Amino acid sequence: MDEIQRPLEAGEAGGDGPVVEVRDVHYSVHGRVIFKGLTLSAAKGKITAVMGPSGTGKTTLLRLMTAQIEADAGVINVFGRDVAQMGSQDVFAMRRRMGMLFQNSALLSDLDVFENVAFPLREHTDLTEPLIRNLVLSKLNAVGLRGAAELMPTELSGGMSRRVALARAVVMDPEVLIYDEPFVGLDPIALGMILRLIQQLNQALGITSIVVSHDVAELASIAHHSYLMADGRIVAAGTPAELARSDSPIVSQFMSGKPDGPVPFHYPAPDIVTQLLAGEGA
Amino acid sequence: MNGVLSFSLVAEALARLGRMTLFLLQLLVQCARALARPNLVVAQIYNAGGRSLVIIMLSGLFTGMVLALLGFNLLQRFGSQEALGFAAALALIKELGPVLTALLFAGRAGTALTSEIGLMNATDQLTAMKMMAVDPLRYVAAPRFLGGVIAMPLLTAIFDAVGLFGAHTIGVRMMGVDNGSFWSQMQASVGLNDVMEGVTKSLVFGFVCSLIAVYEGYHAEPTAEGVGLATTRTVVASSVLILLLDYMLIAAFL
Ligand SMILES: Nc1ncnc2c1ncn2[C@@H]1O[C@H](COP(=O)(O)OP(=O)(O)OP(=O)(O)O)[C@@H](O)[C@H]1O
Ligand SMILES: [Mg+2]
Repeated sequence: MDEIQRPLEAGEAGGDGPVVEVRDVHYSVHGRVIFKGLTLSAAKGKITAVMGPSGTGKTTLLRLMTAQIEADAGVINVFGRDVAQMGSQDVFAMRRRMGMLFQNSALLSDLDVFENVAFPLREHTDLTEPLIRNLVLSKLNAVGLRGAAELMPTELSGGMSRRVALARAVVMDPEVLIYDEPFVGLDPIALGMILRLIQQLNQALGITSIVVSHDVAELASIAHHSYLMADGRIVAAGTPAELARSDSPIVSQFMSGKPDGPVPFHYPAPDIVTQLLAGEGA
Repeated sequence: MNGVLSFSLVAEALARLGRMTLFLLQLLVQCARALARPNLVVAQIYNAGGRSLVIIMLSGLFTGMVLALLGFNLLQRFGSQEALGFAAALALIKELGPVLTALLFAGRAGTALTSEIGLMNATDQLTAMKMMAVDPLRYVAAPRFLGGVIAMPLLTAIFDAVGLFGAHTIGVRMMGVDNGSFWSQMQASVGLNDVMEGVTKSLVFGFVCSLIAVYEGYHAEPTAEGVGLATTRTVVASSVLILLLDYMLIAAFL
């Protein structure tokens, strides 16, 4: 029992401590404000969902978390360390503990499916060829694409690419998996499969998962904790059930998919009548 | 007004040169690491060199044929057509071989490199590598740079050889220059110095062309249009620099 009493090391914030913690982050590109005071955290061993309308900055948030870009203000802690304080070696070390599924798959175009999945193994391990083969084929099998091992990325459909990218993301057994829009463009069977995979990876291996998406229903079925992002900050948080029961206008607008409400459907623009009339005058 | 404009142009050019130098330094560090895994470099030598082979050989052949016709016509006026072998060899080895190979390389391999790297960037492949803790400078840029640097002198040698074959075919077979004096004049008069000049040029051109191609691809705006513009910049910048450096190298070797 003494073991459990020992003080926790940084990055090991045991039990339910957050693996990723974003505090009061501000960020803007080209004068456009994306985040103004964003705060959220992803608990260890849980599936955290971040929902939000298209263009609110979900992908940007993931880029901030993985130190691809720097926040203007605020703190982002990953594994208990502030990413702004990390050198490039630390950043690479941090990324080795993470797997990321890109919105557009980002498979390496000059390698076939097998080599794409084998890529991180070849770069970071000295495993023997038979071992690599076993690992890669079993991961491909899990996403149902063992038969596609010889194909080139250009020969895959969007949904197939996504599944290969998922196999690649998990091949190094990461502690954290980050999914950017994993459900877009999947048929119902592949979608169900990906959902089950995310859940299995979380339950069987305890992988902390951060899923970013605008597919409310899918997320609600697997997430332990959900955030709803709009207008540069978190506007609601809770379990999916709590969000569904919420009577906040923003939450109910997003959950039921109505264009009118507090979340604007339009990208900021001048009034349409003014703009059309101005065009006529010119 | 004009002064302000030209000042900002110069400033921009200098800034660009600075960025390229920084990029080169990072690239050279990664080159050392890339050499530890030679199979990637070998693949890129094939990519840059093997695929330019046909166009280089064809161009070399025609260049040699043109040289023989022009040279014969010129030398005949002085009654010294026996020197054709020497004249063609000198022109090919010192000047036309390195310069034309480099220009063709920039158009064929350089553009392919830029658009390939630019597209990898536009489709998030470079980001994906970074996320897998792999430095794309080492995995993508360095092998392609090294492949180009190594391929250029080899291509130049092939250009020269095929060019001489073309010159010999026209000069000896068609124009009736004596076969023996074609080769012996060449052997007697072309010195090691001339060959070194050609080799130096091809090394410098290989370095510059590959650096520009990789740099432009790596820094291309990640859109279809951005990649297209970067490809154009590769050809323009490479071509101008090849001719400028050619002049400077000739002056240095005089
Ligand atoms: N490099 C950039 N330059 C200018 N604006 C940018 C840039 N990157 C992102 N943006 C802007 O930031 C906002 C957020 O982009 P982001 O890709 O994070 O959205 P998202 O929530 O992932 O959207 P989606 O659900 O469509 O993927 C967008 O409105 C976009 O216009
Ligand atoms: Mg996105």
